[in-house]
Amino acid sequence: MRGGSNVTPALAAEHGLTAEEFDRAVAILGRTPNLTELGIFAAMWSEHCSYKSSKVWLKTLPTTGPRVICGPGENAGVIDIGDGDAVVFKIESHNHPSFIEPYQGAATGVGGILRDVFTMGARPIAILDSLRFGSPDHPRTRHLVSGVVSGIGGYGNCVGVPTVGGECEFHPAYDGNILVNAMCVGIARADRIFYSAAAGPGNPVIYVGAKTGRDGIHGATMASAEFSADAGEKRPTVQVGDPFTEKLLIEACLELMEGEAIVAIQDMGAAGLTSSAVEMASKGGLGIELDLDKVPLRETGMSAYEIMLSESQERMLMILRPGSEADARRIFAKWELDFAVIGRVTETGRLVLRMNGDIAADIPVEPLVTAAPVYQRPWRRRRPEPEIDPGSLPDRDLFECLQRLLASPTLASKCWIWEQYDHLVMGNTVRRPGGDAAVVRLSAGGKALALATDCTPRYCRADPVRGGAQAVAESWRNLTAVGAEPLALTDNMNFGNPERPEIMGEFVGAIEGMREACLALDYPVVSGNVSLYNETNGRAILPTPVIGGVGLVANVRSAVDLALKRDGDTLILIGETRGHLGCSLYLCELEGSETGPPPPVDLSTERRNGDFVRNMIRAGHVAACHDLSDGGLLVAVAEMAMAGGRGVVLDAPPPDLLRNAYLFGEDQARYIVETADPGTVLEAARAAGVAAYAIGAVGGVALTLTGAGAISVDALRAANEAWLPDYMAQI
Amino acid sequence: MKAVVVIFPGSNRERDICAALSLVTSHEPTRVWHRDTALPESDLIVLPGGFAYGDYLRCGAMAAHSPVMREVRDQAAKGTPVLGICNGFQILTEAGMLPGALLPNRSLRFTCRDVHLRVENNQTIFTCGYEASQVLRVPVAHHDGNYTADPDTLERLEGRGLVAFRYCELGGGLTEAGNFNGAARAIAGIFNDSRTVLGLMPHLENAVDPLLGSTDGRAFFEGLVGALQ
Repeated sequence: MRGGSNVTPALAAEHGLTAEEFDRAVAILGRTPNLTELGIFAAMWSEHCSYKSSKVWLKTLPTTGPRVICGPGENAGVIDIGDGDAVVFKIESHNHPSFIEPYQGAATGVGGILRDVFTMGARPIAILDSLRFGSPDHPRTRHLVSGVVSGIGGYGNCVGVPTVGGECEFHPAYDGNILVNAMCVGIARADRIFYSAAAGPGNPVIYVGAKTGRDGIHGATMASAEFSADAGEKRPTVQVGDPFTEKLLIEACLELMEGEAIVAIQDMGAAGLTSSAVEMASKGGLGIELDLDKVPLRETGMSAYEIMLSESQERMLMILRPGSEADARRIFAKWELDFAVIGRVTETGRLVLRMNGDIAADIPVEPLVTAAPVYQRPWRRRRPEPEIDPGSLPDRDLFECLQRLLASPTLASKCWIWEQYDHLVMGNTVRRPGGDAAVVRLSAGGKALALATDCTPRYCRADPVRGGAQAVAESWRNLTAVGAEPLALTDNMNFGNPERPEIMGEFVGAIEGMREACLALDYPVVSGNVSLYNETNGRAILPTPVIGGVGLVANVRSAVDLALKRDGDTLILIGETRGHLGCSLYLCELEGSETGPPPPVDLSTERRNGDFVRNMIRAGHVAACHDLSDGGLLVAVAEMAMAGGRGVVLDAPPPDLLRNAYLFGEDQARYIVETADPGTVLEAARAAGVAAYAIGAVGGVALTLTGAGAISVDALRAANEAWLPDYMAQI
Repeated sequence: MKAVVVIFPGSNRERDICAALSLVTSHEPTRVWHRDTALPESDLIVLPGGFAYGDYLRCGAMAAHSPVMREVRDQAAKGTPVLGICNGFQILTEAGMLPGALLPNRSLRFTCRDVHLRVENNQTIFTCGYEASQVLRVPVAHHDGNYTADPDTLERLEGRGLVAFRYCELGGGLTEAGNFNGAARAIAGIFNDSRTVLGLMPHLENAVDPLLGSTDGRAFFEGLVGALQ
């Protein structure tokens, strides 16, 4: 290595390393790192790669269970669904890039999560996207919605993986930091899962996929003469996606995975070649030596620093069995992708980079990973919100309230969005977007997966513990509502600056609530992603722990949706209604207030009610089912009516509750089921100790509330469907 | 019946068409890689949906010059039926095997949804499973499906009964709203002069199973297989 280094603590600080962290790096090396090494330390010890603020709390989440094959720590989580099949899935954020450049930011978010899944040997079969935008009135919002949606569609449609679900909400807290969380689900043979741990000293290290360019280099925007001879040229930090190359990469990797050539494989995501090489070496307890002159480059004159920190997309790193290179090369040649042997596995335990005859970096891998900083950041709980007395609220016309809620940005139909996603390719989409959960068929034998993403951020802000538990419970409920057995989840923890105790308190609280719910519902976390520092000018987003849930439908023919099926059927409300309006959408949309505590989450009731509903669905007693969430009972009934194109006659509300609290309260653990056999369902509920009430009947063309009047289902649908297209059509 | 499905880099609905054909024929179609210059003997050649070559440059433009297309053209000239679906339709127009071109949808957005189609000519091997003027409900999933051609070509297509399907309303009426992507004369699919080559945008192959919402595509494949046996 060339002697001397002009790296200073100030330069380290520009890379985001604290003085203490820089000292630690110097101690590990026994000398001052050179620029390339500094870049590697900074990338590996960044919040994104090291989880230094979140790690101690993430460890408290339950991650095991009888079905868990691989929990957090690999590219994606893996669960066993029987018959030798495994589901591989993960959710990941691309928040910041999507705010800067919505199309490419969202597109590469999809590309990255697809790679996490097929890296493990799975064919991706579904994508979901959980989106949060600022206020519709904010001048950038329309542009961001348009760009993000077309970016997701542009990528997912081209690679040919259906985008089957997700969510989209608006709130001024996201004006300066939108959230784009993409989830991918794949299917693999349980005994053919590929991992990233390097093995076999001497084995070749292979680079495949697209060429490396200067896109996405960390710190490229602060580039100065010290970084590059070409200082005047500032490259965008947002990566550019190429879904066509990704499609080829999927096919080539899966073809290679049919054989025995691969020892280990890792995609190049955040921090590119750096994190993939370091993680593979670290997990295997080995070293890796790379010859950077052999890395396929898209541009000339790239430095070691730039090559190691580029986040060019559609690239993978593999370790192959010796002698298998020729066969592997043939497969990648067929798919017209780059394939280069760029190094080998060593026993030294060091990451050694060579370039132009010099050693460009030489870092011991083990301390780079294990000595990474971990912080116990101070945190503070939020003061609980006082309860809301429904009697203190004005008495509003319920049908007007219903129309306004259905036309609110939160509840308005998102058809305008999902029509831009190919949700049908692969020919297995049994339940399309728009319901509680998407259902994707796995085999002619009748197995299917139920998939959903959920979070209610306004609950999480008011009470992070309750909000965290509610997000998990609602996910579990949405999967249950189509008849699935919820198996496991992936979480995307989107929060503000963890160095502020109140934000760290939101994180800690949400994890605590999630943990309780995961344990009570036997619903482990198998993968996830943390996105912190989502704030602008000291204003943080709402705490948004998005839960991506996966459930198993044993027989797809027994799955149900929310559309009402037959006139004359009875609607049965499962679960107790107490009229909880605190933190409700009703309060938010009608009273313009985001006060009050979120509804309590009773996890044992949640479990009992959900298990009961699932059993009723499987026994064939349920024609349609919908969970109750934002907007409460009347919104749920309206959504069922709109989906089925049928009216409903609801009985008068119980006398002991205020009418609008009963109709719009957001008490948890509730479902509505449509049944032709109310006697059986009510009797079974009584036997199971589940609260169940017949609340009305299907029929007609209007939603009628006995004693209060009626509104036509067409009018409701018009209100619900018009908002988003009208909003997006404005200039 | 032996069917061949041509796979281009970027094809992505080959599984869907193979599943539909297998369902009706009980035979898995043969998949042929686009670099192959010889096609196996077959009763039907399918160009599936997807984004061949990423649809960079122009939808279907590069695939139209792929080595296998020479062979597809030769076989078609000898009378082997060719079916191009969505991206396959775009490739057939780019290859000059069907007239006209597919422009971006009127909305300028990718659109995936169910639409209504009216059968315009059921006197062909492809459409003989349908009644005349039958209305189908089937999915579309494309960004560039807005069919266009010069007025003479359109007149010729109409005059010779070469329009296979049109976008329509539920009751079969031709309206502005029913013609969701703005195609000239609401054209969703066309035949060549001998009616042995069909290009269409909608995905009939995604409408063969009641679980997935519609079975209106099934008669298409049953009719086609019946005609070719």
